[in-house]
Amino acid sequence: MHRSKFFAAILLAGSLALPGFEVMGATPAEIQKTYEAEARAAAPAFDGFSAERGQRFFSSTHGNDWSCSTCHTTKPSEPGRHATTGKDIAPMATAANPQRFTDAAKVEKWFRRNCKDVLGRACAAREKGDVLAYLMSLSK
Amino acid sequence: MNKVIQLKVVDVVVWAVSLLFAFGLLIGEAMADSDSFTATNKKWAAECGSCHIAYPPQLLPAASWRRIMAGLDRHFGSDASLDAASAAEIGAFLERNAGHGKRGRGEPLRITESRWFLHKHDEVRASAWKNPQVKSAANCGACHAGAARGDFDDDAVRIPR
Repeated sequence: MHRSKFFAAILLAGSLALPGFEVMGATPAEIQKTYEAEARAAAPAFDGFSAERGQRFFSSTHGNDWSCSTCHTTKPSEPGRHATTGKDIAPMATAANPQRFTDAAKVEKWFRRNCKDVLGRACAAREKGDVLAYLMSLSK
Repeated sequence: MNKVIQLKVVDVVVWAVSLLFAFGLLIGEAMADSDSFTATNKKWAAECGSCHIAYPPQLLPAASWRRIMAGLDRHFGSDASLDAASAAEIGAFLERNAGHGKRGRGEPLRITESRWFLHKHDEVRASAWKNPQVKSAANCGACHAGAARGDFDDDAVRIPR
Protein backbone atom coordinates (compact mmCIF):
# COMPACT_ATOMS: atom_id res chain seq x y z
CA MET A 1 0.00 0.00 0.00
CA HIS A 2 2.72 2.37 1.03
CA ARG A 3 4.70 1.29 -1.93
CA SER A 4 1.94 2.02 -4.44
CA LYS A 5 1.41 5.47 -2.95
CA PHE A 6 5.10 6.11 -3.29
CA PHE A 7 5.04 5.17 -6.98
CA ALA A 8 1.91 7.21 -7.56
CA ALA A 9 3.66 10.20 -6.04
CA ILE A 10 6.66 9.69 -8.29
CA LEU A 11 4.38 9.39 -11.32
CA LEU A 12 2.56 12.57 -10.40
CA ALA A 13 5.79 14.47 -9.81
CA GLY A 14 7.12 13.21 -13.14
CA SER A 15 4.06 14.25 -15.10
CA LEU A 16 4.02 17.68 -13.49
CA ALA A 17 7.61 18.13 -14.59
CA LEU A 18 6.62 17.47 -18.23
CA PRO A 19 7.04 20.62 -20.28
CA GLY A 20 3.45 20.33 -21.52
CA PHE A 21 2.16 20.99 -18.04
CA GLU A 22 4.36 24.00 -17.46
CA VAL A 23 3.52 25.82 -20.67
CA MET A 24 -0.22 25.49 -20.26
CA GLY A 25 -0.12 27.10 -16.86
CA ALA A 26 0.40 30.81 -17.48
CA THR A 27 -2.12 33.45 -18.44
CA PRO A 28 -1.22 36.81 -20.00
CA ALA A 29 -2.15 38.51 -16.72
CA GLU A 30 0.19 36.24 -14.74
CA ILE A 31 3.06 36.90 -17.14
CA GLN A 32 2.38 40.62 -16.88
CA LYS A 33 2.49 40.32 -13.08
CA THR A 34 6.08 39.06 -13.21
CA TYR A 35 7.01 42.09 -15.34
CA GLU A 36 5.24 44.31 -12.81
CA ALA A 37 7.37 42.94 -9.99
CA GLU A 38 10.52 43.50 -12.06
CA ALA A 39 9.47 47.01 -13.06
CA ARG A 40 8.75 47.93 -9.44
CA ALA A 41 12.11 46.56 -8.36
CA ALA A 42 13.84 48.63 -11.06
CA ALA A 43 11.95 51.84 -10.22
CA PRO A 44 10.05 52.12 -6.92
CA ALA A 45 8.04 55.02 -8.37
CA PHE A 46 6.55 52.70 -11.02
CA ASP A 47 2.82 53.41 -11.26
CA GLY A 48 1.47 50.64 -13.46
CA PHE A 49 1.50 49.70 -17.12
CA SER A 50 -0.17 51.71 -19.83
CA ALA A 51 -1.82 50.33 -22.96
CA GLU A 52 -1.46 53.71 -24.61
CA ARG A 53 2.29 53.82 -23.94
CA GLY A 54 2.48 50.23 -25.17
CA GLN A 55 0.76 51.14 -28.43
CA ARG A 56 3.19 54.01 -29.05
CA PHE A 57 6.15 51.74 -28.27
CA PHE A 58 4.75 49.03 -30.56
CA SER A 59 4.25 51.24 -33.59
CA SER A 60 7.42 53.39 -33.33
CA THR A 61 10.89 52.63 -34.58
CA HIS A 62 13.65 52.77 -31.99
CA GLY A 63 16.76 53.61 -33.97
CA ASN A 64 16.64 50.61 -36.32
CA ASP A 65 14.66 49.98 -39.50
CA TRP A 66 11.93 47.88 -37.94
CA SER A 67 9.25 48.56 -35.36
CA CYS A 68 7.11 45.81 -33.78
CA SER A 69 4.37 46.77 -36.23
CA THR A 70 6.61 46.20 -39.27
CA CYS A 71 5.80 42.49 -38.94
CA HIS A 72 2.87 42.52 -36.50
CA THR A 73 1.07 45.48 -38.19
CA THR A 74 -0.53 48.44 -36.42
CA LYS A 75 -3.65 46.25 -35.98
CA PRO A 76 -2.26 43.34 -33.95
CA SER A 77 -5.70 41.74 -33.73
CA GLU A 78 -5.09 40.78 -37.34
CA PRO A 79 -2.41 38.47 -38.76
CA GLY A 80 0.99 39.92 -39.54
CA ARG A 81 3.65 39.06 -42.07
CA HIS A 82 7.40 38.56 -41.57
CA ALA A 83 9.19 41.52 -43.15
CA THR A 84 11.93 39.40 -44.72
CA THR A 85 10.45 35.99 -45.43
CA GLY A 86 6.81 36.94 -45.94
CA LYS A 87 5.61 34.15 -43.65
CA ASP A 88 2.24 34.73 -42.00
CA ILE A 89 2.31 35.55 -38.29
CA ALA A 90 -0.74 34.79 -36.16
CA PRO A 91 -2.36 37.80 -34.41
CA MET A 92 -0.63 39.11 -31.27
CA ALA A 93 -3.73 40.47 -29.51
CA THR A 94 -4.85 38.05 -26.81
CA ALA A 95 -8.54 38.40 -27.71
CA ALA A 96 -7.85 37.37 -31.29
CA ASN A 97 -5.35 34.64 -30.41
CA PRO A 98 -5.84 33.05 -26.96
CA GLN A 99 -2.55 31.14 -27.25
CA ARG A 100 -0.54 34.35 -27.03
CA PHE A 101 1.32 35.00 -23.76
CA THR A 102 0.50 31.65 -22.17
CA ASP A 103 4.06 30.27 -22.15
CA ALA A 104 6.49 32.41 -20.16
CA ALA A 105 9.61 30.90 -21.75
CA LYS A 106 8.27 31.50 -25.25
CA VAL A 107 7.33 35.09 -24.38
CA GLU A 108 10.83 35.76 -23.05
CA LYS A 109 12.44 34.12 -26.07
CA TRP A 110 10.59 36.36 -28.52
CA PHE A 111 11.05 39.55 -26.48
CA ARG A 112 14.78 38.77 -26.29
CA ARG A 113 15.07 38.28 -30.06
CA ASN A 114 12.70 40.97 -31.28
CA CYS A 115 13.86 43.67 -28.87
CA LYS A 116 17.37 43.13 -30.18
CA ASP A 117 16.13 43.47 -33.77
CA VAL A 118 13.96 46.53 -33.10
CA LEU A 119 15.86 48.39 -30.34
CA GLY A 120 19.33 46.88 -30.50
CA ARG A 121 19.04 46.05 -26.79
CA ALA A 122 16.94 44.07 -24.34
CA CYS A 123 13.56 45.56 -23.42
CA ALA A 124 12.94 46.82 -19.90
CA ALA A 125 10.26 45.08 -17.84
CA ARG A 126 8.17 48.26 -18.05
CA GLU A 127 8.30 48.23 -21.84
CA LYS A 128 7.29 44.56 -21.99
CA GLY A 129 4.44 45.12 -19.55
CA ASP A 130 3.20 48.14 -21.53
CA VAL A 131 3.18 46.11 -24.74
CA LEU A 132 1.24 43.37 -22.98
CA ALA A 133 -1.23 45.94 -21.64
CA TYR A 134 -1.75 47.18 -25.19
CA LEU A 135 -2.20 43.70 -26.69
CA MET A 136 -4.55 42.68 -23.88
CA SER A 137 -6.64 45.83 -24.36
CA LEU A 138 -7.57 45.14 -27.98
CA SER A 139 -10.85 43.48 -28.84
CA LYS A 140 -11.31 40.97 -31.64
CA MET B 1 39.30 -29.75 -60.27
CA ASN B 2 39.14 -28.47 -56.74
CA LYS B 3 41.14 -25.44 -57.77
CA VAL B 4 38.72 -24.61 -60.55
CA ILE B 5 35.78 -24.69 -58.18
CA GLN B 6 37.68 -22.52 -55.69
CA LEU B 7 38.42 -20.03 -58.43
CA LYS B 8 34.79 -19.96 -59.41
CA VAL B 9 33.73 -19.32 -55.85
CA VAL B 10 36.17 -16.43 -55.65
CA ASP B 11 34.85 -15.13 -58.97
CA VAL B 12 31.26 -15.26 -57.80
CA VAL B 13 32.12 -13.54 -54.54
CA VAL B 14 34.05 -10.80 -56.31
CA TRP B 15 31.20 -10.28 -58.75
CA ALA B 16 28.60 -10.27 -56.04
CA VAL B 17 30.54 -7.75 -53.97
CA SER B 18 31.13 -5.45 -56.94
CA LEU B 19 27.51 -5.64 -58.04
CA LEU B 20 26.30 -4.90 -54.54
CA PHE B 21 28.71 -1.99 -54.32
CA ALA B 22 27.62 -0.54 -57.67
CA PHE B 23 23.97 -1.01 -56.73
CA GLY B 24 24.60 0.67 -53.40
CA LEU B 25 26.19 3.64 -55.16
CA LEU B 26 23.20 3.92 -57.49
CA ILE B 27 20.73 3.78 -54.61
CA GLY B 28 22.82 6.25 -52.64
CA GLU B 29 22.93 8.66 -55.57
CA ALA B 30 19.20 8.26 -56.15
CA MET B 31 18.50 8.97 -52.49
CA ALA B 32 20.82 11.96 -52.47
CA ASP B 33 18.85 13.16 -55.48
CA SER B 34 15.42 12.53 -53.99
CA ASP B 35 13.10 15.52 -53.80
CA SER B 36 11.16 14.31 -50.81
CA PHE B 37 12.48 14.85 -47.28
CA THR B 38 10.89 13.08 -44.38
CA ALA B 39 13.41 13.33 -41.51
CA THR B 40 11.76 15.29 -38.75
CA ASN B 41 12.32 16.56 -35.23
CA LYS B 42 9.78 18.39 -33.10
CA LYS B 43 12.14 21.16 -31.90
CA TRP B 44 13.51 21.70 -35.40
CA ALA B 45 9.99 21.96 -36.85
CA ALA B 46 8.85 24.44 -34.18
CA GLU B 47 11.96 26.63 -33.94
CA CYS B 48 13.19 26.66 -37.54
CA GLY B 49 9.63 26.83 -38.81
CA SER B 50 8.53 29.98 -36.97
CA CYS B 51 9.82 32.64 -39.41
CA HIS B 52 10.17 30.52 -42.55
CA ILE B 53 9.45 26.90 -43.43
CA ALA B 54 11.74 24.54 -41.56
CA TYR B 55 14.19 23.88 -44.38
CA PRO B 56 14.99 20.16 -44.70
CA PRO B 57 18.46 19.34 -43.31
CA GLN B 58 19.31 17.51 -46.56
CA LEU B 59 19.44 20.82 -48.44
CA LEU B 60 22.78 21.90 -46.93
CA PRO B 61 26.00 20.10 -45.97
CA ALA B 62 26.80 19.53 -42.30
CA ALA B 63 29.51 22.23 -42.45
CA SER B 64 26.88 24.80 -43.49
CA TRP B 65 24.54 23.86 -40.66
CA ARG B 66 27.42 24.23 -38.20
CA ARG B 67 28.07 27.75 -39.48
CA ILE B 68 24.38 28.66 -39.34
CA MET B 69 23.91 27.31 -35.83
CA ALA B 70 27.02 29.22 -34.67
CA GLY B 71 25.55 32.55 -35.81
CA LEU B 72 21.88 32.35 -34.83
CA ASP B 73 22.01 35.66 -32.96
CA ARG B 74 22.65 37.33 -36.34
CA HIS B 75 20.59 35.11 -38.61
CA PHE B 76 20.20 36.90 -41.97
CA GLY B 77 19.38 40.18 -40.26
CA SER B 78 17.37 38.79 -37.34
CA ASP B 79 18.13 37.51 -33.88
CA ALA B 80 17.09 33.84 -33.93
CA SER B 81 19.09 32.79 -30.88
CA LEU B 82 18.06 29.65 -28.98
CA ASP B 83 18.59 28.25 -25.51
CA ALA B 84 21.59 25.93 -25.36
CA ALA B 85 19.60 22.68 -25.04
CA SER B 86 17.42 23.42 -28.08
CA ALA B 87 20.42 24.53 -30.13
CA ALA B 88 22.29 21.31 -29.31
CA GLU B 89 19.32 19.09 -30.20
CA ILE B 90 18.53 20.91 -33.44
CA GLY B 91 22.19 21.12 -34.46
CA ALA B 92 22.65 17.37 -34.00
CA PHE B 93 19.48 16.65 -36.00
CA LEU B 94 20.61 18.92 -38.85
CA GLU B 95 24.09 17.40 -39.02
CA ARG B 96 22.82 13.82 -38.77
CA ASN B 97 20.54 14.37 -41.77
CA ALA B 98 22.67 16.88 -43.69
CA GLY B 99 23.04 16.79 -47.48
CA HIS B 100 25.37 14.40 -49.27
CA GLY B 101 26.55 14.07 -52.87
CA LYS B 102 25.65 17.15 -54.89
CA ARG B 103 24.03 18.68 -51.79
CA GLY B 104 27.09 18.05 -49.66
CA ARG B 105 29.52 20.33 -51.48
CA GLY B 106 31.13 23.46 -50.08
CA GLU B 107 29.67 25.24 -47.08
CA PRO B 108 27.17 27.79 -48.42
CA LEU B 109 25.21 29.80 -45.84
CA ARG B 110 22.17 30.07 -48.04
CA ILE B 111 20.45 27.13 -49.70
CA THR B 112 19.78 29.46 -52.64
CA GLU B 113 23.52 29.93 -53.17
CA SER B 114 24.21 26.21 -53.48
CA ARG B 115 25.31 25.10 -56.91
CA TRP B 116 22.63 22.38 -57.11
CA PHE B 117 19.94 24.96 -56.24
CA LEU B 118 21.06 27.41 -58.93
CA HIS B 119 21.23 24.59 -61.47
CA LYS B 120 17.79 23.25 -60.50
CA HIS B 121 16.22 26.70 -60.84
CA ASP B 122 18.09 27.98 -63.88
CA GLU B 123 14.98 27.95 -66.07
CA VAL B 124 12.94 30.04 -63.62
CA ARG B 125 12.64 33.53 -65.10
CA ALA B 126 13.92 36.55 -63.17
CA SER B 127 10.41 38.06 -63.20
CA ALA B 128 9.04 35.03 -61.33
CA TRP B 129 11.40 35.64 -58.41
CA LYS B 130 10.25 39.28 -58.25
CA ASN B 131 6.55 38.39 -58.14
CA PRO B 132 5.13 39.77 -54.85
CA GLN B 133 3.48 36.39 -54.28
CA VAL B 134 6.97 34.86 -54.25
CA LYS B 135 8.73 37.79 -52.53
CA SER B 136 11.92 35.87 -51.83
CA ALA B 137 13.74 32.80 -53.08
CA ALA B 138 13.55 31.65 -49.46
CA ASN B 139 9.78 31.27 -49.89
CA CYS B 140 9.88 27.68 -51.22
CA GLY B 141 6.15 27.26 -50.65
CA ALA B 142 5.29 29.90 -53.26
CA CYS B 143 5.97 27.35 -56.02
CA HIS B 144 6.43 24.04 -54.14
CA ALA B 145 3.03 23.68 -52.48
CA GLY B 146 4.24 20.72 -50.38
CA ALA B 147 7.45 22.44 -49.20
CA ALA B 148 6.39 22.62 -45.56
CA ARG B 149 5.92 18.83 -45.65
CA GLY B 150 9.31 18.30 -47.27
CA ASP B 151 7.80 17.59 -50.70
CA PHE B 152 9.74 19.28 -53.51
CA ASP B 153 8.68 17.00 -56.38
CA ASP B 154 9.34 18.66 -59.77
CA ASP B 155 5.97 17.53 -61.11
CA ALA B 156 4.06 19.47 -58.46
CA VAL B 157 5.79 22.82 -59.10
CA ARG B 158 3.39 25.69 -59.91
CA ILE B 159 5.03 29.07 -60.48
CA PRO B 160 2.48 31.82 -59.62
CA ARG B 161 1.77 34.43 -62.31
